[in-house]
Amino acid sequence: MSDASVLETDVAIVGAGPAGIAAAVAARAEGARTLLLDSAPRPGGQIWRHRDPAQLPASGRRWIERLSGSGAEWIHSANAIDLPAPGVLIAEREGRAFTIRWRSLVIATGATERLLPFPGWTLPNVFGVGGLQALLKAGASVAARRVIVAGSGPLLLPVASSLAAAGATIRLVAEQAPALRVYRFAGALWSDPVRLAQAARYRAGFRRARYRCGTWIVRVDPVGSALSVTLTDGRRIWTDRTDLVAVGYGLVPDVRLARLAGCSIASGCVAVDRSQRTSVPSVFCAGEPTGIAGADSAVAQGRLAGAAAAGARRTGGAASRARRFAARLDRAFALRPDLRALPDPATIVCRCEDVSLGEIGEGWSARQIKLYTRAGMGPCQGRVCQPALEFLRRTGADAVRLPLFPAPVGLLADHANRDEGDS
Amino acid sequence: MSRPDAIVVGGGIVGAACARELAMAGLGVTLVEAEFVGGGATAAGMGHIVVMDDSPPQFGLTALSRALLDELAPALPAAVERDRCGTLWVAEDEDQLVAARLKAAAYGDAKVEASVVDGAELPRLEPGLRPGLAGGLLVPGDGVVYPPALARWLAEDARRLGAAIREGEPVTALDGRSVMTARGRIDAALVVNAAGAAAPILTHGLPIVPRRGHLVITDRHPGFCRHQVLELGYLKSAHSSTGASVAFNVQPRMTGQVLIGSSRELVGWNRTPNRALLGRMLRRAADFMPALAGLSAIRSWIGFRPATPDNLPLIGPSSRIDGLWIAAGHEGLGITTALGTARLLGDLILGRAPSLDPVPFTPDRSGEPAAAVHA
Ligand SMILES: Cc1cc2nc3c(=O)[nH]c(=O)nc-3n(C[C@H](O)[C@H](O)[C@H](O)COP(=O)(O)OP(=O)(O)OC[C@H]3O[C@@H](n4cnc5c(N)ncnc54)[C@H](O)[C@@H]3O)c2cc1C
Ligand SMILES: Cc1cc2nc3c(=O)[nH]c(=O)nc-3n(C[C@H](O)[C@H](O)[C@H](O)COP(=O)(O)OP(=O)(O)OC[C@H]3O[C@@H](n4cnc5c(N)ncnc54)[C@H](O)[C@@H]3O)c2cc1C
Repeated sequence: MSDASVLETDVAIVGAGPAGIAAAVAARAEGARTLLLDSAPRPGGQIWRHRDPAQLPASGRRWIERLSGSGAEWIHSANAIDLPAPGVLIAEREGRAFTIRWRSLVIATGATERLLPFPGWTLPNVFGVGGLQALLKAGASVAARRVIVAGSGPLLLPVASSLAAAGATIRLVAEQAPALRVYRFAGALWSDPVRLAQAARYRAGFRRARYRCGTWIVRVDPVGSALSVTLTDGRRIWTDRTDLVAVGYGLVPDVRLARLAGCSIASGCVAVDRSQRTSVPSVFCAGEPTGIAGADSAVAQGRLAGAAAAGARRTGGAASRARRFAARLDRAFALRPDLRALPDPATIVCRCEDVSLGEIGEGWSARQIKLYTRAGMGPCQGRVCQPALEFLRRTGADAVRLPLFPAPVGLLADHANRDEGDS
Repeated sequence: MSRPDAIVVGGGIVGAACARELAMAGLGVTLVEAEFVGGGATAAGMGHIVVMDDSPPQFGLTALSRALLDELAPALPAAVERDRCGTLWVAEDEDQLVAARLKAAAYGDAKVEASVVDGAELPRLEPGLRPGLAGGLLVPGDGVVYPPALARWLAEDARRLGAAIREGEPVTALDGRSVMTARGRIDAALVVNAAGAAAPILTHGLPIVPRRGHLVITDRHPGFCRHQVLELGYLKSAHSSTGASVAFNVQPRMTGQVLIGSSRELVGWNRTPNRALLGRMLRRAADFMPALAGLSAIRSWIGFRPATPDNLPLIGPSSRIDGLWIAAGHEGLGITTALGTARLLGDLILGRAPSLDPVPFTPDRSGEPAAAVHA
């Protein structure tokens, strides 16, 4: 990236996961000047996060090669923090701000993991499923460690499989959804051979471990340097010993940038048309923010969004397929109400501000919870506790405010300076 | 439910304090709040508890209120985050230092502790201030609270004293004997309109408009500053020709965070942040405390101060509607002045000797605009 503090482009893309990468390649294929930025040091997003491209699956490697040959400008380690006016994006990198002037914007910000609180979830060696996977990709060793993977959703399988491949012993994969619903969902994958093959491959990765549906973690307690995990299937309660726990309750679309842009949101997802256009002129969206539907869908949506953002007339069914898939996923892996009863009054809900569930009154709104208890007021601004509270207390989402990511005071002072007059 | 003596409309810090004051006096009180207690301007305010002397009535009200908070302090829960950190008013030049000396004398006459600080002493009090400042005024009895928690405690205390607190119930119409809500009509002997900047929507003709402000909060940097630090010269910058103004105003939170203000503009209820003004506000702050520029900002927000033409709140009976009382229009000082407002309103309602001269606060006065404003 150049040192200039103002960059001009036709298509600006935020998020370099499968959706953003495909969008960049497609926009370049239409001849548009294209700029792709991500908080991470390398392109790939969640699923294609890597240190060395050789670690990547073939499709990921191919897409990343296409991106580097595409002529799109790639800006790494940069957070999109503000959209002060149509056509203007402010990003922060290493404490400095720069302005990107765009004709079209593609929002490809992916999803975040939903963590639900239960007694012991904040102990050392208890990780988010995605968090542990990210540590693994960053080079952490799990060789010969016992792991229990638990929670919900299709993410449990690939993570268990990659942990097993890295030498961990998978004690159990506990899926909270009932077997019937999970197998009905898997059965429907027959119509989707790519996904089915993927699932089979993941399952093969930890063949000796048990994949148990209708099972969930009740609590985790430390025993020396190991962990004692209490599990239940709703009838029986038992304990198991392990070194690590990886637990995650599905993914939540990251719609914060889209909300800052003013895009309409329906049921937590950004609403898009057959060209991935949002309700805001010249703003497109692709991948998980439109609904949790996996990497292939993200790629398909990204291609449409990139081409359309570059001015090509391109439409397709990727977004509506994704919506249907996301709805099936939601039904199959709907969180059981029992999970609401796991945290006790002393269980921490917001780690940044040390707020326990007992401090939160019944029937409070998201804003009320935050103002009365400080839950969600810390550096992560509710990224972790809000999705949990949405489930536990059926609250709505909190407002999105500047800056989208923490940024130096001096940077906010200056970026506003440059755009004096805009407001 | 039995018929209350008094209905307080609005559960901001002012309404909560009024409900508590009337309940303490033995009245049957019902507080009706559209959303939840403390969620309006009260949730946006900085929570600086400060004695201000821009006019004698303001001085009286702020000093009384601060003393009332001191009395309450032992009863307040930790969540109120009360910190008697003091105010340091910074003088940029000799003229402002002269003003500081005059203020110190006036505060002293009224038994409010205040001392002049010279330029050499400033860095000892606040090492982050830029070198070369002329000095300042230290008011050690001032402090900071977390406003929504204080409002909530006041409402809870009113409940303990027998008041009914009804949240999530917007009032659609009121007069001096009853209020209408979606759930029906409530009758009482008197009604207090404490709806903050929304008060004129319920009582037409009240001279209150929303005056918008921006704030920015940083991540935790314990010890970054020790006092609430403001510029003495903010009056100069507060009345720029653009109508929008900023002033240097930073506050240490008990969490170790730094809260940065302040800006003022009249843009109605517009909720889109004014980035240019926000930038100016932050540059002004970093001009006084250069190291602020390096702190990590995690969130910004806006709030609407209920502003009156003469910058004094409206406290007292409506001259037009029998049984209707007003407690609204506290602009940038309502966190400080809520307790004094409630005391004065209680005095007037109950026929006690007033704790302050009520005349300057009469709701139907035709006030001349006074100059001063605050965060
Ligand atoms: C924690 C986690 C682990 C996952 N693991 C797997 C797995 O093992 N196998 C699997 O099949 N699927 C996995 N998924 C699902 C998979 O990530 C998605 O299906 C797919 O990656 C979606 O692609 P995407 O492009 O929409 O989003 P992502 O791949 O999530 O990419 C979004 C990118 O946007 C960036 N971003 C977001 N906001 C900003 C901003 N304001 N400024 C700058 N950059 C920003 C992020 O850094 C991220 O790189 C995982 C998802 C998560 C959240
Ligand atoms: C940026 C900023 C910084 C500030 N800093 C400070 C400071 O440092 N120190 C200080 O002392 N003050 C400060 N203030 C001022 C202070 O916040 C206000 O003066 C004070 O909160 C006003 O309280 P209130 O109860 O009158 O209004 P509000 O808190 O707004 O309460 C009014 C309540 O009425 C309710 N309501 C409205 N309409 C209806 C209806 N129809 N029916 C039922 N209920 C209704 C609302 O929901 C609301 O809860 C600041 C203000 C701002 C905006």
